Amino acid sequence: MRLRSLIAGGILAAMASTAALPAFAEDSVYVPLFSYRTGPFAGSGIPIANGMSDYLTMLNERDGGINGVKINIEECETGYDTQKGVECYEQVKAKNPLVISPYSTGITLQVIPKAGVDKIPVLSMAYGLSAAAVGNVFPWVFNPPATYWDGASAIVADIARREGGLESLKGKKIGYIYLDAGYGKEAIPLLEDFSKQYGFELTLYPVPGKEMQNQSSQWLNVRRDRPDYMIMWGWGAMNPTAVKEAVKIRYPMDKFYGVWWSGGNDDAAAGGEDAKGYRTLNFHGVGSDYPVIQDIKKYVVDAGKSQVDPAKFADNLYNRGVYNSMLIAEGIRRAQELSGKKVIDATDMRAGLENLNVDEARLKEMGMEGFAGALKLSCSDHSGHHQVYVVEWDGKDWQKSGEWFSPMTEVVRPMLEKAAEEYKTANAPWPERTEPCLSN
Amino acid sequence: MLYQIFIDPFVQMVDMPDFLLQVIWEGFVAGVLYALIALGFVLIFKASGVFNFAQGIMVVFAGLTLVGLHEAGVPAYLALVLAIGVMAVLAIAVERFVMRPLVNQPDIILLMSTIGMTYFLIGLGEFVFGGEPKKMITQELGLPTGSTEIEIGERGLVILQHIDIAAAVIAIIMVSALALFFNKTRIGRALRAVADDHQAAQSVGISLNQIWAIVWFAAGIVALATGIMWGARSDVSFALEIVALKALPVLILGGFTSIPGAIVGGLIIGIGEKIGEIYWGPLVGGGIESWLAYMIALVFLLFRPQGLFGERIIERV
Repeated sequence: MRLRSLIAGGILAAMASTAALPAFAEDSVYVPLFSYRTGPFAGSGIPIANGMSDYLTMLNERDGGINGVKINIEECETGYDTQKGVECYEQVKAKNPLVISPYSTGITLQVIPKAGVDKIPVLSMAYGLSAAAVGNVFPWVFNPPATYWDGASAIVADIARREGGLESLKGKKIGYIYLDAGYGKEAIPLLEDFSKQYGFELTLYPVPGKEMQNQSSQWLNVRRDRPDYMIMWGWGAMNPTAVKEAVKIRYPMDKFYGVWWSGGNDDAAAGGEDAKGYRTLNFHGVGSDYPVIQDIKKYVVDAGKSQVDPAKFADNLYNRGVYNSMLIAEGIRRAQELSGKKVIDATDMRAGLENLNVDEARLKEMGMEGFAGALKLSCSDHSGHHQVYVVEWDGKDWQKSGEWFSPMTEVVRPMLEKAAEEYKTANAPWPERTEPCLSN
Repeated sequence: MLYQIFIDPFVQMVDMPDFLLQVIWEGFVAGVLYALIALGFVLIFKASGVFNFAQGIMVVFAGLTLVGLHEAGVPAYLALVLAIGVMAVLAIAVERFVMRPLVNQPDIILLMSTIGMTYFLIGLGEFVFGGEPKKMITQELGLPTGSTEIEIGERGLVILQHIDIAAAVIAIIMVSALALFFNKTRIGRALRAVADDHQAAQSVGISLNQIWAIVWFAAGIVALATGIMWGARSDVSFALEIVALKALPVLILGGFTSIPGAIVGGLIIGIGEKIGEIYWGPLVGGGIESWLAYMIALVFLLFRPQGLFGERIIERV
């Protein structure tokens, strides 16, 4: 009897609390953020989730949303687990999301075929399937400001610059250590192609997800093979462990490159002073010396509306999250302009993202001058193949090393188009693009 | 191909003896760490017949407690004492709220309860300490850092990390202490009696509850030592929980009830997987380490199903 009363009471309480939930305001749009604040990859996931959430919250607090339309932000915890990510996708789908940010290449690969069917744009910012940059094949997928293939080509270009040109790569050995998952494997076809084109020897060092903190075998292999340069595609606990292991085997750290996801503050700090010289790519500013970051501090952090640890505010991955949400917000703004509607839907959002044009004037207006470069997408180009720069660990912090430079877009773009066609064939019948092109 | 499988790896070993020594050393250190984790499993299995699925998360939880307390301003050694205290409280709580209500339940129920504990401790750990990896307070605890380089021949070099040497020494001390505890103390003998037969032990006045609390506490201390050592090699993060499952092949190999088995099994797995990954891994694209340990254990099982040091189970029908 008592148990029955308890159950009945519980059900009533649940119904009452559901009824008390505020309905989404009329002038609002729903933006789910896939995040991972728990699990083995939380070290990388937490700062990004904070940055993503805080920027959108700041727009709500400071401006009342975007053109008067509030953004309903809801996080869905994926734990960087593909299966949970797909569950999140199915869960948020019913709530009419404007856009999905999977924050995992594994999840992105799973939702790409669904996006076109469900008519929900997928924003995989600088991750996911590189070939998705070909907008005519993937009208619902966006990967600005650069693809993994752009990133890999940029690292090869920087190595070539140091060696005296692409022809100097002939006979060199380049090692590639990567998380043995969709994410880490994504850059391999490009690197294999480049090794044939430019004559360098490529050696692969996969790190299984379960062995992220147990990499001594991989680094012993590196010690034996003595590659001239090492490139890393790491994430979560893999990054600091790799940096420590590289230090341990006395690998010359200035010849060790990480992609932009291997450049968290904690990643390099694990090696401390000995990791001096370790370098990664970046495509946005780090630190709080930008008006937009100051506004986040004023309206969100100081107001107690953020989960960020004050010591980690505006660090590299936090600002990455801010950049991600800036793309979402600008996509919404552009969609509002194009559709003439205030409260847009996912189809409008797709067009907004496809016609994204964040120029220098707009960056200045947003308080992001110098924070990132101008970005323009089009119907055929969903990436932008943005410029990047190299940051170098000085033993305590990241320092910008050199100027912004372009990835090898002229070489990469035809490869992406070929890969997109191959994807289309492998996933036949892949739907032909029917979405109208509003820009060009 | 046959040359690459059967000849080339050995040629490499002879060509670069310093590198072979380095591989064996790295395998030895990994083996010591696997053995420490396996030891935690063995302790609990011996006393209660429970496969403690939560041992991995106990390693993470103990390490996070230590670092978390230090971050909160507690001096390192006091944090260490308090972390031991937390593991004691955890042991008592496990005995009181998990083990005691499940006395005489089938083993599978007890296994399920440790899986439940795993998720509880993951949630509690993330709630209290957050999900971000934490840097182990190696220097603050007075553990050695740096390395010693041993030159071999003209170009040969073996690098020994001081923290790895410390891990090996601590493991040896812990194993010796546990062996003494089990064999020479009254509680140790009582524990062995409980392991042999719960009811018989109770009939001679041994308190099952007390023994279980002690053994979970001992497993907690082993978890703390493992957390410190592994955390010093990388970071203390929830990813370590997965690494802890590496103890499974060690247990299969060494036997679930043998402390020496955990040590010998750990070393065989540690050294075996490193040699396999380095010399044979490149033939299949690398990354074989994660399953090679199980293959080694399975090969041993073909010849000794009870493990190297496990007790032979003879049942009459």
